[in-house]
Amino acid sequence: MTETLLAMRGIGKSFLGVPVLSSVDLTMNQGEVHALVGENGAGKSTLMKILAGVHTADAGTIELDGRAVSFTHPLQAQHAGVASVFQEFNLLPELTVAENVHLGREPKRRGLIDRRAMVDATAAILADLGVDDLPPTARVGSLSVAHQQIAEIAKALSQGADLICMDEPTAALADAEVELLYRLVGRLRERGTAVLYVSHRLKEIFDLCDRITVLKDGRLVDSVATADITPDDLVAKMVGRRIESQFPERLPGTVHGDVRLKVAGGGNDYVDGIDLEVRAGEIVGLAGLQGSGRTEIAEAVFGIAPFTRGTVEVDGAPVRITRPRKAIGAGIALVTEDRKAEGLALWQSVRANARMVLDANARVHSRRRLARVSDLLASLDLVARGEDQEVRFLSGGNQQKVVVAKWLAAEPGVIVLDEPTRGIDVGAKHKLYSVIRELAAEGLAVLLIASELIEVIGLADRIVVLHDGRIAGELPGGATEQQVMAYATGRGPE
Amino acid sequence: MTQRLRTPRLGTTALIYLALAGVLAAGAVAVALDGGNLFATANLVDMLTRTSLTGFLAIGMTLVILCRSLDLSVGYTAALSSLVAATTMDGQAANVPLAIAAVLLVSGLIGAANGAVTAYLGVNPFITTLGTGLIIKGYLDTQYKGPAGDVPAVFQQFGYTRIGPVPMSTLVMLAVAAAAIWFLRSSRTGHHMYAVGGDADVARMSGIRTGRTLLAAHVLCGMTAGVAGLLLAARFGTGSAEAYTNLYELDAIAAVVLGGTLLLGGRGGVAGTVAGVAILAVLDTVFNVLQIDPFAKDVLRGVVIIAAVAIYARRQLDRTARRPRFAEGRAS
Amino acid sequence: MTRARELLLRATNPTATVFVLLVLVFAAVFAMNPGFFEGPSLMAFLKQAAPLVILAAGQYFVIVSGNFDLSVGALVGAQVVIAARLIDGEESRTVPVMIVMALFGIGVGLVNGLITTALKVQSFITTLGMLLVLYGAIRLWTGGAPTGSLSESFRQAGRMGIENVPVLGQIPWALLIMIAVGAGSVLLMRTRFGRILMAAGDNERAAALSGARVDTARIAAFVLSGLSATVAGILIGGFAGVSAQVGDGLEFTVITAVVLGGVVLGGGRGSVLAAMAGALVIEALFTLFNQMALPATLRPALQGAIIIAAVAYAARRRPVPTATASPTPS
Repeated sequence: MTETLLAMRGIGKSFLGVPVLSSVDLTMNQGEVHALVGENGAGKSTLMKILAGVHTADAGTIELDGRAVSFTHPLQAQHAGVASVFQEFNLLPELTVAENVHLGREPKRRGLIDRRAMVDATAAILADLGVDDLPPTARVGSLSVAHQQIAEIAKALSQGADLICMDEPTAALADAEVELLYRLVGRLRERGTAVLYVSHRLKEIFDLCDRITVLKDGRLVDSVATADITPDDLVAKMVGRRIESQFPERLPGTVHGDVRLKVAGGGNDYVDGIDLEVRAGEIVGLAGLQGSGRTEIAEAVFGIAPFTRGTVEVDGAPVRITRPRKAIGAGIALVTEDRKAEGLALWQSVRANARMVLDANARVHSRRRLARVSDLLASLDLVARGEDQEVRFLSGGNQQKVVVAKWLAAEPGVIVLDEPTRGIDVGAKHKLYSVIRELAAEGLAVLLIASELIEVIGLADRIVVLHDGRIAGELPGGATEQQVMAYATGRGPE
Repeated sequence: MTQRLRTPRLGTTALIYLALAGVLAAGAVAVALDGGNLFATANLVDMLTRTSLTGFLAIGMTLVILCRSLDLSVGYTAALSSLVAATTMDGQAANVPLAIAAVLLVSGLIGAANGAVTAYLGVNPFITTLGTGLIIKGYLDTQYKGPAGDVPAVFQQFGYTRIGPVPMSTLVMLAVAAAAIWFLRSSRTGHHMYAVGGDADVARMSGIRTGRTLLAAHVLCGMTAGVAGLLLAARFGTGSAEAYTNLYELDAIAAVVLGGTLLLGGRGGVAGTVAGVAILAVLDTVFNVLQIDPFAKDVLRGVVIIAAVAIYARRQLDRTARRPRFAEGRAS
Repeated sequence: MTRARELLLRATNPTATVFVLLVLVFAAVFAMNPGFFEGPSLMAFLKQAAPLVILAAGQYFVIVSGNFDLSVGALVGAQVVIAARLIDGEESRTVPVMIVMALFGIGVGLVNGLITTALKVQSFITTLGMLLVLYGAIRLWTGGAPTGSLSESFRQAGRMGIENVPVLGQIPWALLIMIAVGAGSVLLMRTRFGRILMAAGDNERAAALSGARVDTARIAAFVLSGLSATVAGILIGGFAGVSAQVGDGLEFTVITAVVLGGVVLGGGRGSVLAAMAGALVIEALFTLFNQMALPATLRPALQGAIIIAAVAYAARRRPVPTATASPTPS
């Protein structure tokens, strides 16, 4: 028999007079894995942060284990048994795993920090999670993303958490690492630790979660057992309309023309032996596990960490791309993985950001292209107060549209998209999928990188699978996930 | 060639002590060529004496810089403290404990003001401490036209007594440094300073009261500036408002960054700072012995600081570099 | 929904605050001395304020690109000393020496910029080092006290103007130069260079990945700061004459002015016009102190209190974009 662990009732919250949540209820049982879903801006993160004590609700009550609580600081939430693993990593790279796990709650002996106890306690938690390849004394800055996440979960557990909030925990993980997270969540459930799970990925939600709560526009839509709902119905509840097919069909009139991007024998410190061709009108998907060299190929093509071996040709002409400026001059665009850190100047206006590539490169700057920027933004269905609005106020999906616009403004012949739909809502995702199809139809060569295999499979005409910095195999579009994974994990063709 | 050798990297603190040894050796050679001996007692005393004043200021400065803050007001605080000390003592040995308490209180309060404005009003520390520095300067300039107060002989000992070649003030400074090292490593507040400087959001999310930690760093920084003021009073035998014209705060910041503490916070420590202070002191003494124009000292000091930080910046780049999978030349 | 938010933002925009402040300070000056706004005394005020306003424009470029320039005070001092020593009272040397000064200002800016960008030294340290080097080198060169003297034509720019203008009396050259520098700066920020500079201060990596020459833009900002110090040096030298202390502490006053103008240390935000208005506010405050017959020694104290208060005000009213655990502002 399970007991109610958490009951949030009638939660309301506004920022600067703008309501973000109104009258939302959420109940969770002990040991339950509970998904919180909704489009970006639906209020998931705000609700989670109210639970974690980061924000304080304007209205409503929170009961934990039957006691009314009210948090004004994350520390209070921690004391009450609510811990959080947030989207932005919550660790200090300069400190060790053990120091991070105990940060803010260092064990003391005679008034002083007891470092030995810190290491021992961390080792015990990691052992309990079944993790044996993560030394507590390792500096966090030297760890892989997956290991950093384990450190975060260890931190939450060491806080004695009964309830762990996870905000997009798999956003930065490759599929194999997601397996590890699945195991950890299963282990947490066995221990009786409840998990509140925010994710955009339907597969995870259906694989992992017992119940699902759907938010839309700051209001509760439904809260159902996972067994009682299908993925299609869930998406329909999230967006308020049913998206008929997740990926748009290839547009009529799309033809594969001449080779626009050709890499022969490309290699550097991170990848090697890369032979790659992308034709006009073609969408080539790059698949592989985290760290397999996907992003590194994008960075090499774009001149961030250039190829030191092999040759690159754009539209048949050999080019030596040693830095981004040269890539841009050669007609290559790169939509980077991390739009806030690498794509946008957040305090500048939509217009300034959308013109940035034109402003920065005399070779692509022209009055005609500048004049086109507004039309481009409109064609991407950008929702903003106007072109003067600072991009930091836009939702993730609209920010990504600004990034895409800034590159399309330069009218590239080759566009590399690295995780273009990461962390954006379903509606914006769908729009971007259509845009990618349109770009292909216009004759651009598209190189698409995505850690969600389904995206690569659904959109790409050809899939190049990487393993350990090399090309492991090539598959036609529409291949199965099993086929891709066989190459990605180094097992060869299925 | 199957296994790449991992060259062991020197820690930053080890590097800075190596640099100190290098500067000492080079200085000794230069002085010897000039026919002198850098390690003659008089020179040693000069060198060690120079470390104490900057040392006190730099120890406190290390704490605030670790928290990703800054204190440009320490020179003014020290000057004010020297006046508080000398006027409170007023020539009476019996007043010394009261004077020390008064100095620590005043300087601690200045630090608290800096910390509170920075932490709770969200003012950039550069602006906060520039502002408090100017406020103190205005007060000093208006209130004190010249030296004031009288330091009794017994307290002047703090400025002049030596044990062998080692001045007592230097010993006190080293003791304060040791206490600060211990504080950063073993107390929660000290440990949390690295977290606050490394990433304030992460620290806050971990339940660290970042404001309090920053406040504590500023209070301690103010108090070390107070101790520096006590030393000034002991040396001059009187309180001196003019002391702030020596731009001690810049020396302190120079010593801290020379000692390998990241100006952006979160990394470094007092051990490195002490070496940074020592390097500056050795340079000063060598210049003194060689009778080089004092203005050349400023030029060299400027160059040394830039060079040191440039070297650290290079090392920092190496640290963050990704591990190569295909080292050059290994590919088939 | 978002409209209310936008409106709130505009009203509390720190850039707007400085102009409100300017009006308030001028109102106080006027209340104490209604004669202040008569032509000649207003012109005299602007003549005196011009160097700081010009320096503020130069400092703005550096700050908005994400750096500091602490060396401008020492550079102003160095320029005055260089002018006096090289001209040494000879009229004929005026123009050549001005060219040498401009080259020196450019050179100092280049070195600051190259060390900051190519060697990845924080600009705080670079320009602090440059401050020490200039301070020491100039005294080393002149043996402690400045030597030589300025020529009459050199002093024209700082002292003279278009004389016998009705109502105003003299329109100082300094004012015209200030207006020219201001207009030039505003226009420059509207060019591609200006937008790249702004983007580089906001998000260096995003700008670089968009193909911007971030380092070049930042070096150019330092050069502009060096040039502004040169112009300010010429005006101050002409106005106040030669002394070794001439630029001491000026860097802090300039940064105070720029920050008072709502320009955020760290880059990417604020307008050059507001930065220059910040300098005018500071100069007007000094005038106000004079009129209140406050001892000159108290000036720094009030300046310190006002800069903290102004920045605290701006920080308080600025909406917090990211989640923090601190109590939400009412």
